[in-house]
Amino acid sequence: MNCRSEVLEVSVEGRQVEEAMLAVLHTVLLHRSTGKFHYKKEGTYSIGTVGTQDVDCDFIDFTYVRVSSEELDRALRKVVGEFKDALRNSGGDGLGQMSLEFYQKKKSRWPFSDECIPWEVWTVKVHVVALATEQERQSEVDNVFDTGLRDVQPYLYKISFQITDALGTSVTTTMRRLIKDTLAL
Amino acid sequence: METDLNSQDRKDLDKFIKFFALKTVQVIVQARLGEKICTRSSSSPTGSDWFNLAIKDIPEVTHEAKKALAGQLPAVGRSMCVEISLKTSEGDSMELEIWCLEMNEKCDKEIKVSYTVYNRLSLLLKSLLAITRVTPAYRLSRKQGHEYVILYRIYFGEVQLNGLGEGFQTVRVGTVGTPVGTITLSCAYRINLAFMSTRQFERTPPIMGIIIDHFVDRPYPSSSPMHPCNYRTAGEDTGVTYPSVEDSQEVCTTSFSTSPPSQCVFTVTKAHFQTPTPVVTDTLRVPMAGLAFSHQLSSSRLSYQPAALGVGSADLAYPVVFAAGLNTTHPHQLMVPGKEGGVPLAPNQPAHGAQADQERLATYTPSDGAHCAATPSSSEDTETVSNSSEGRASPHDVLETIFARKVGAFVNKPINQVTLTSLDIPFAMFAPKNLELEDADPMVNPPDSPETESPLQGSLHSDGSSGGSSGNTHDDFVMIDFKPAFSKDDILPMDLGTFYREFQNPPQLSSLSIDIGAQSMAEDLDSLPEKLAVHEKNVREFDAFVETLQ
Repeated sequence: MNCRSEVLEVSVEGRQVEEAMLAVLHTVLLHRSTGKFHYKKEGTYSIGTVGTQDVDCDFIDFTYVRVSSEELDRALRKVVGEFKDALRNSGGDGLGQMSLEFYQKKKSRWPFSDECIPWEVWTVKVHVVALATEQERQSEVDNVFDTGLRDVQPYLYKISFQITDALGTSVTTTMRRLIKDTLAL
Repeated sequence: METDLNSQDRKDLDKFIKFFALKTVQVIVQARLGEKICTRSSSSPTGSDWFNLAIKDIPEVTHEAKKALAGQLPAVGRSMCVEISLKTSEGDSMELEIWCLEMNEKCDKEIKVSYTVYNRLSLLLKSLLAITRVTPAYRLSRKQGHEYVILYRIYFGEVQLNGLGEGFQTVRVGTVGTPVGTITLSCAYRINLAFMSTRQFERTPPIMGIIIDHFVDRPYPSSSPMHPCNYRTAGEDTGVTYPSVEDSQEVCTTSFSTSPPSQCVFTVTKAHFQTPTPVVTDTLRVPMAGLAFSHQLSSSRLSYQPAALGVGSADLAYPVVFAAGLNTTHPHQLMVPGKEGGVPLAPNQPAHGAQADQERLATYTPSDGAHCAATPSSSEDTETVSNSSEGRASPHDVLETIFARKVGAFVNKPINQVTLTSLDIPFAMFAPKNLELEDADPMVNPPDSPETESPLQGSLHSDGSSGGSSGNTHDDFVMIDFKPAFSKDDILPMDLGTFYREFQNPPQLSSLSIDIGAQSMAEDLDSLPEKLAVHEKNVREFDAFVETLQ
């Protein structure tokens, strides 16, 4: 049986997973939804109208179009929420995939149950990447700034002092100065 | 290429293509209004929505599209194009995208017009809905307001992609094969958003380079008259209301003009309009022509408030009822049933969902022949009604619609009045300066200058001279005034704008000009040994100086 298959791969941050998946799923379902069939007598039917709705994403700079159906949206959000939780709880490397399968039911006689024959499958492979996280940034901060103070944050600094005797030049101080200068160079 | 397509199919196909074109324009323009679009799904079988999609019809847009099409359909060499461009509040504009609906000669004879083509057109519209939100212009259009507006223009004829700058990209929305050709919908969009790319002269680097970075204060909240989700049909109470071009701040997108190349098309089809035979008719006519259409206008309102009106659907010219004779044995089996019957009926078991190839295996069944015949015939009735009143209306039509060329869709002032020197713009300083430079230009009177200097000089002058000359040729896009961001005019005599203008074009460095430069180089080289000798003489002084530093 020929079943069409499409595979998409996305790399997103953790907080973008939900919106990315919803965008893909809704877009595919927009194309694979018709209006409601309305049956009349004489065995005819007419097709209702599909409304559309723009949805802005909060974590991705993107807007997708979905069908105007709250029930469908709810169903998708539920599944995507489960997927997101599973991804998060898996720990690991943040790889997962979700597939949207369109199938046709084939009624079979008892005792065999109905068959579901897929005719199109969309698979989305998700790779969760972590961009520069807050923790990394924090450690960098400690290397440059003095974060110990409560109210201000100066650069890391050091103050030293020395007492010079009356002559001003003694062997030890001169030697010390020479060595310091050499090392400083 | 006409084949064995019977006349009914042909008529249907033409109607589908025409309304597909109109809906395409609606989708594109609505996607650039800057608002989120929201329409409701409706299961009630009023069937007043073409292609089973709830796409609102903005009357002005429909009017413009029909004007551009002028009764014709996209055909080979005649494409319908929607151009989206951006215009800043200072008057600069730039083309962002061109959406093209084209037809080529590759025919698919086997395909079923009334079903497959219709459904595929519906699918193509859905793709268009999705893709219009993906191209870069969508983000720009969402942020339009004070700083800039997005405008559209519809033309019919050859596709013109020149205004998109270098490296523009194309995306294909989709294709639908029909017995008379293959319909292709695609979009070419600009990549290079640097602002001055439409001008020929060189201005470095444009301060107003990327306008979208500016803080845009939306002048009106979402309840603005600019087509919110719940569209109120603007035309219903006041007859024909088209926002004028001057209202571009309020009505953000609907400035438009006709384009010159399509003028000849217009004149040809004017005659066509007056004959009462056009196959493709306007059932969505804007109320310019009397009461015959008020009924249809009210019917078209059905799509916006489906619960409100209960107008019988039989009067509408839209394909309403598709009798279903679906074969559920094998989803991939292609049924090519004839219209007259011989189709296995499974009236109570339609296929669930969509078939694999979007082949709706439905057809006009014999038992419903009467019913279905009723629909086309009623549509024909309305067609004849609209024909006759169209015949009546067409003289008015000709009188009222403007076929004159509007120069430069987005220029508020006539071109002739905008001269370079009359306004306080850097361009004014630019032009005379370049004329002077040209006379003294060593490139024009070639001296014996070294090779290394001349490219630099040449580039400076070619930019200047080309700027001076071609500023005149590019009439449509002239900068009226220069207001740099975040600057106030009245506080200091020297403000940011003046500063920028004055130092915009500084005089050349003397060392860079050829004759002086060459000489000084040579002089420098010659004088080096002397200078070295002098330094050597004074070496002891230098050493003493260095020691004092330690």
